[in-house]
Amino acid sequence: MEAQTKAGDLRECMVLDHVNYVYGAGTAYEKHALQDINLVLRKGEFIGLIGHTGSGKSTLVQHLNGLITPTSGHIYYRGNDIGAADYNRKELRGKVGLVFQYPEHQLFETTVVKDVAFGPKNMGLSQLETDMRTFAALKEAGVSETLYDASPFELSGGQKRRVAIAGVLAMQPDILILDEPTAGLDPRGRDEILERIAKIHDEGDRTVILVSHSMEDVAKYASRLIVMNGGRVFCDGTPKEVFEAYKELEDIGLAAPQVTYLSEALKNAGIALPYNATTVEEAKELLLADWRGGGR
Amino acid sequence: MIRDITIGQYYPVESPIHRLDPRVKLSGTMIFLISLFVFSGYLGYIIAAVFVSCVIKLSKVPFRYIVRGLRPVLMLLLITLLFNLLLTREGEEVFSFWIIHIYDEGVIMAALMAVRLVLLVLGSSLMTFTTTPNQLTDGLEKGLGFLKKIRVPVHEIAMMMSIALRFIPILIEETDKIMKAQQARGADFESGKLLQRAKALVPLLVPLFVSAIRRANDLAFAMEARCYHGGEGRTKMKPLRYQKRDAAAYIILFAYLGVMIGSSFLF
Repeated sequence: MEAQTKAGDLRECMVLDHVNYVYGAGTAYEKHALQDINLVLRKGEFIGLIGHTGSGKSTLVQHLNGLITPTSGHIYYRGNDIGAADYNRKELRGKVGLVFQYPEHQLFETTVVKDVAFGPKNMGLSQLETDMRTFAALKEAGVSETLYDASPFELSGGQKRRVAIAGVLAMQPDILILDEPTAGLDPRGRDEILERIAKIHDEGDRTVILVSHSMEDVAKYASRLIVMNGGRVFCDGTPKEVFEAYKELEDIGLAAPQVTYLSEALKNAGIALPYNATTVEEAKELLLADWRGGGR
Repeated sequence: MIRDITIGQYYPVESPIHRLDPRVKLSGTMIFLISLFVFSGYLGYIIAAVFVSCVIKLSKVPFRYIVRGLRPVLMLLLITLLFNLLLTREGEEVFSFWIIHIYDEGVIMAALMAVRLVLLVLGSSLMTFTTTPNQLTDGLEKGLGFLKKIRVPVHEIAMMMSIALRFIPILIEETDKIMKAQQARGADFESGKLLQRAKALVPLLVPLFVSAIRRANDLAFAMEARCYHGGEGRTKMKPLRYQKRDAAAYIILFAYLGVMIGSSFLF
C-alpha cells in the first residue's frame, strides 16, 4: 500500500538520482559544486532550501529546469529523464519556473504587461491565452493595476521584483522556484513578498521551493527543509526536525531561528516546553498552554 | 561556454615568472615579438621556441591550459597556412591537381608562418597567464611614466584600462546570468534564422546595458566618495621596485637577444 502510493506519487515528482556537478573541469578553477544529491521533491510541497553562500543551492535549482546538466547522475521530472537528448527542455522551463536572485535585473520591455507576457509568448500560446495568463500572474504577484502600462524601469525595487516574479508565474509552472526572493528588500517588502509566495502556494497545488539563508523566513512558511553544505545535502526534514539539531547547524555556519534559542533558554531556566518552537506563533501557543496548565 | 575561453586568462600559481616585475614581462614580451619578425630564419625560430618552452616550464602554467588558449587562433592559423600553400609560386612544383599547384617554397613558407604565429600567440599569452590585469596596468603606468612630461595622461589611461579589464569578467558573468534568467522564461538564443537570432538578443542586451551603466555609475560614486581626482599627487601602497631577480631576467632577455642577433649572422 505504502509502496503503491509512493510509486503513484513518483510520477508527479521531481527525482534527483546521484547528481554530481563539477565547474570548470580541468582548469585551475575546478570546483565540485554538487556531490551525490539524491532527493524526491513531491507535488504540493513547500520546500525551504537553505545553505551558506557557495553551498551549491543556486547550482542545484538551476539543474531542476535543465539550465545546467549534471556532470553525472540523472534528474527525472514526471518519470522522464530531463537530461535525455530528445527531452524538450524548453517545455520543461514552462513547467518548472525559476525566479533568479535579483530577478528585476532581467526586465527589458517597454511596459510591465509586455515584459510579463514574454514567458507565455515564448511558449507559443495564443494572444488571448497570453493576455489571460499575463493579467492573472500580475494579479497573483500583487502588482497594482495602475502600473500595468508603466515602464518596468520606473518602478521601485519591490515593485520591480513583483513584476519579475509575475513574469515567471505567467508561464503557470507546476513547480515554482525562488532564489533568495527577499534579498535586498526592506523588512516590509520582505514580508509582503513572502506572504504572496505563501498565498500562491496555498491557493494552487504548486510545489514551491524557496531558496534562502534566513532561518526565520523558511521556518515560518516551509513544510520541509533541505539544508545544503559544501555541495551535499546536510539534512532534510520538517523544520522541527532540522532545527532540533541546531548545534550541528551552527557547526556549518547556520543557525536556528531565534525562538528556538529562546525555547532552549527557557528549558534551562526550568520552563520546559514539550518541544522547541520554530516560529514565534508556535512559541506563543506552547507558552500559553504551559501557563494555563501550570496555573491550574 | 563563454568561460571556456582561456586565451590570456590569468593562471594563479606561484612561479619565478609570476613574481617578476610586470615591466620586465612587458618589455620581455615586446623584445620577443620583435625578435620573431626581425630574425625569421630556421635557427631563429628554434632559439625562440627553446626560449618560450623554458619560460613555459618556469611559469608552471600547465601545457594543456596554454594549448587550449591557442584554440581561438586555430582558424586564423589554418587560413594563413592555406594561403601560403596555395599562393606561393616559387621553387619546384611538388604537387599538382586541377587548379591546385603546390611548390616546395610554399610548403616551407607555410610551415614557417605557422610556427611564427604559434610562437607569437604563445609569447604574448604567456604574459597575461602570469600577470594579473592590475599588475599589467601598474607596469604600463610606471613604464610609460616618462610620457607624463609631454602631457600624456598616463595614469588616467592606465586607470581606464584596469577598470575596463576588471569589468570584463563581471560583464561575462552578468551575461551568463541574464541569459539563464531569460532562458528560464523560455527565451531561445540558439535556434532560428539570423534575423530571429538578432531579435532574440534584445532581452539579453537591454538588461546588460542597464546593468553596465548602473555599475559604472555606482563605481563613479564610490571613487568620488574616496576623493579620487586623477593621478596628481597620488601615491601607491605597493610601488613597483626592481628586485635582483628582475635584473637577472633583463640579463637573460638581453642574452636571448644577443643569441638571436648572432644567429642571424650565421645564416
